[in-house]
Formats: sequence, structure tokens, C-alpha cells
Amino acid sequence: MTTTAVPAAGAPASGAHAVAPHARGSRETWVALGFIVPTVFGFVVFYFWPSLRGFGLSFTDYKFFSDTSFVGLANYQRLLTDETFWNAMAVTVWYVVLNIGFQTVLAVLLAVLLHRLTRSVVTRGLVLMPYLVANVVVALLWFWMLDAQIGIVNQVLSWFGTGPVSFFGDEAWAIPTIAFVNTWRHLGYTALLIFAGLVMIPKMLYEAGKVDGASEWQMFWRITMPLLRPVLAMVLVITVVGSFQVFDTVAVTTGGGPADATRVIQYYIFDLAFQRLDYGYASAVSVVLLVILSVIAFVQLRLMRANESDLS
Amino acid sequence: MVTVDTAVAPTSRTPGREAGGSSPGRVLAWACLIAIIAITLFPFYWMLRTALSNGTTLATAGTSWLPVDFTWGAFKRVLGLATVEEAQAEGGSGAAVDFWLYLRNSVLVAALITAGQVFFGALAAYAFARMRWPGRDVVFFVLLTALMVPPIFTQLPNFLLMRDLGILNTYAALVLPFFFMTPFAVFFLRQFFLGISPEIEEAARLDGAGHVRTFFRIIVPMSWGPITTLALLQYVQAWNEYFWPLLVGSERGVRTLTVALGVFRSQTPQGNPDWPGLMAATLIAAIPVLLLFIAFGRKIVDSIGFSGIK
Repeated sequence: MTTTAVPAAGAPASGAHAVAPHARGSRETWVALGFIVPTVFGFVVFYFWPSLRGFGLSFTDYKFFSDTSFVGLANYQRLLTDETFWNAMAVTVWYVVLNIGFQTVLAVLLAVLLHRLTRSVVTRGLVLMPYLVANVVVALLWFWMLDAQIGIVNQVLSWFGTGPVSFFGDEAWAIPTIAFVNTWRHLGYTALLIFAGLVMIPKMLYEAGKVDGASEWQMFWRITMPLLRPVLAMVLVITVVGSFQVFDTVAVTTGGGPADATRVIQYYIFDLAFQRLDYGYASAVSVVLLVILSVIAFVQLRLMRANESDLS
Repeated sequence: MVTVDTAVAPTSRTPGREAGGSSPGRVLAWACLIAIIAITLFPFYWMLRTALSNGTTLATAGTSWLPVDFTWGAFKRVLGLATVEEAQAEGGSGAAVDFWLYLRNSVLVAALITAGQVFFGALAAYAFARMRWPGRDVVFFVLLTALMVPPIFTQLPNFLLMRDLGILNTYAALVLPFFFMTPFAVFFLRQFFLGISPEIEEAARLDGAGHVRTFFRIIVPMSWGPITTLALLQYVQAWNEYFWPLLVGSERGVRTLTVALGVFRSQTPQGNPDWPGLMAATLIAAIPVLLLFIAFGRKIVDSIGFSGIK
């Protein structure tokens, strides 16, 4: 496609003969600019300009087909009293708490197991498999396995004497179920990220600990966890921010239902923009999401004092 | 699920010593690991088993390990090879599906996106890592901020842009926002380029090579490993995209597999979804990635740590 228009092909011909340093410097600048033109173009056109436009739209009542007018802060005011919005926030927060709580604990466990028991690439590869497959695939797979009538999970539950659970259809179960499905998908990936951090901890520290008579449990809390802090901080920021944006799983399983029980914030924005065609308001909600995520990332990094590493 | 829950309870079983014998802690640790791997892998098997089952008799033999009434019917339905009667006989809806087309679309779109991202990303990464120019670090920092923005924030206006350009429901719309830049690619390759010894470039400079020639003749061949790893990661990510293709590419001709799956799911009769058909469809969507993984697994696994930490 546009590869033929790559600026590098048109850059000044190579062959820097003996040129004076300052001329070489400015020539280097030109070449460098040539190298980054596509990237900057992509950034400006598809990240920067849309961001500005998004902010701008949030102050209008744009609805695709009718006339648009500037409405100032009206969208934001509407947000404050919009029950569906606050429900979406509550639902999303509940989802994030469940998903991240469960996933992080299990991921640390898995990472430690991988670190201590077997470091084979095959094992690590196996736990990563769910991550490679699309969210939509995973969602449908579990949608089948957790089916209220003939899904395998309910069949197994019936052996234990408990009744069938409508995992996706019951208001109380829907979010925990989606949290579980996404944990299943991301566990391996998160565990491998933590694993990479574990590998960096010098063995010597554990040997010294053993000499001092510390138990496994003590060494885990006194040595491993503190040294993992920067890695954990980064992993938590990534997973929390990602978790807030859950969409695919909800879209193909519950579609926001039953009765708004899974209408998470990104689904609500999608709903507003493309089903109710209320684009201006949807933009305002997405601005709010952006602000929330930035604050969360900032607060998390501060709380976990991620910049300091006890190793250094 | 039950075993994993109890395993989280604190006991002295946490890390089993590498050099230790088979203490109860170690046995429990292995039990946990095996349980986790089993829960990870079982659904994949179940997907296969269901896809090879007969839809109408599926309900009666719910927990059988083997496919129920082994049949290729589901795959035939999903690939558009079954007649309406055949489809309905096995519990399908008889509606037309055409997963070959969607497969082709996914392959094409993911390939285009990956080619652009890797090529332009490598160029930019080199400029940031090895060239000196005014404002270099500031621009890099600004580009990084793009990593922080939640995708949906830019996707709504990008949708409008595609619409204004009149390219909705074309391959161009599916590919363009991702084609020129992804902060991850620039970041990932820059880290690697920073690690290349400068002497090589100086030697090339002495021989009279400029930046362009140095880049294409020396740096790129040297970096083939990370470049292919990046290409793999980006291909998988592009393949699995759902939200953006849903917005701009839901028309049949350009539909990708992920979007097609969503459509197939919403088309299945509400009372009795065509489970084997659905599982066959998901398998078709998953298999190419799994094949890539079998071929290149080691690279992918190793890259997780590198990209995550740096």
C-alpha cells in the first residue's frame, strides 16, 4: 500500500563523504526526520487530532444526522444525574475489583510455581495459550461451557448436588462470571510478566535467607514480595487500566444484560454512540473515562512507590 | 476451580525448594500447577469435542468426553458447504455463513497492519535510538503518551474520520489507524536498538555509508530476531481485534473473523443455539494463531518478559 511512499526511499542518497561536523549534524537531522515522518503522521492523524476532536465533540450535541450545536458543559451535567452512567461505573468497578483481585493473586502464585518448579518453555507456553486467542473466542467458549442447561460446568455441578446456575443470565452471577472468563484468559500473560520480575531477584538472597533459617513463607514475604514491587506495580497498572476497558466479552455474551447488570462503561459508550447515536454525549463519557484511568494510573504508581527498587 | 481455590489458602507450601526432596509442600505445589494447567487446557479440548458433535443429540450426552455422534457437519455449516437440510438436520439454522471469506479478510488485514507497524516502527525506533536531532527525547515522550490513552477515546473520532473520508467498510478503514504507528512497536524496537554496540555503525560510517544504508544493510539484518518477534506479537494482536473492526468493518465483504463470530452468535436461534456450529466457528478463528504459536512459541514466550519489564 503506502510502503512505496516510504520517505526513507526518497531520503538523501547515502554516502556521507567528509563533511564538516555541523553540516553533518543538520544532515543527520533531516535523515532522522525522514525516518520518523510516518510515525509522526500516524500519531498526529490517528491519535492527536482525534483526541482533540473527542474533547471538542463532548461539548456538542452531535447526533450524526441532525444539526449540531455547541452545548457547553451540558453533557457533563447530564452525566452527573445519569443513572445508567453511575450504574455502569459501579458495575465496572465491581468487575475490576473481582477480576484484578482474583487474577493478581493467582498470577503471583503461578509465577512462583513456574519459577520454582519448572522453567520449561513448554509449560510457560501452555499457560499463555488462552491469551493468544481472541477475547471473542474465549467469551464464546465459556459461554458454551457455562450454559445454564447443557453446559459442562453445570453438569459437573449437578454431580455435587447443587442446582444449575445461570452464569450469564443471573444478575448476581453475570459480572463475577465475566471476571472469571477474563481471568482465565489473562492469567498466563500476567504470570509471565511477574515471572520475568522473579527471575531478576538474585538467588544469593534466598541462600542467605536459608542460612539464617528463614522458612519459605517468610522468604516469600520478606524477600520476594518487596523486590517484586516495581514489577507488580507495573503489572497492576497495566491490568487495572485494561480491565476497566472490558468490552469484547460483554458484547458477545450478555450484551450489557441482564437488565444492565453487565453494562460496563465501555459498552455504555458504544451503546450511546452507535445504537442511540448520541455521539456528543458518548464523547463526554469517554473523556471522563480517560480522566479516571489517568488518575488511577497515577495514584497506583505513587502508592506502590514504583520508582524505587529495593534492588538498587 | 475448586482445587485452585483451596490452594490459595496460606500454608507452608509456597515455593517448593528447587533442590528439595518431595516434601508435602512440593507435592502440593505440583498439584496446584497441574490443576492450573488442566483448567487452562481443558476448554480447548472441549471446544474441539463440541465442534465435532451432532447438535441435535448434544443435549442428551452432555458430559461424554468424546464427540457426540461424531460428525464434520458443524465445520461444513460454518464454511458454507452444507445444504439447508443438512444444516437443520443437525441443529443449525440454515442461514448462510461464509467463513472462508472472513478468514481471508482477517489474514489480509492483520498482515497489512503488521507490515506497516513493523516497518515504520523500526524506522522511527532507529531514529530515536541512534540518531541525534533536536527535540528527540521530547517527541519520544509525547509518542509514549499515546500509550496511555484508552483506545475508545480515539476510536470514536476516528470512526467519524473514516466516515468523512468515505471509506467506511473498506480494508483501508480497518487498517489505517494502526498502520503507521503503534507506540508499542517503537518502544520495543528502540529498546533493542539501544543495545546494539555503536562501533558497528561507526565502522559503517567510516566506510562511507549514510544512515539509510547503515540501517537497511546492517541494523535490520542484525535485528531480525526482535523484528520477527514484534511482527508475531502485532499480527496476533491485529488478528484478535474486535471493537474497531466492529465499528468500521461490519459489512460482509470486509468482515473479519472476530466480527463474524459476533454476528454468528447473534444469529443463532435463541432457544437452541447451534453449539457445534459456534464451536467450529471459534476453532476456525483460533487455529491460525495457535499454529503460529506452535511454530514460534519460544519467541513469543520469551518476549513477554522483555516487553513487559522494559
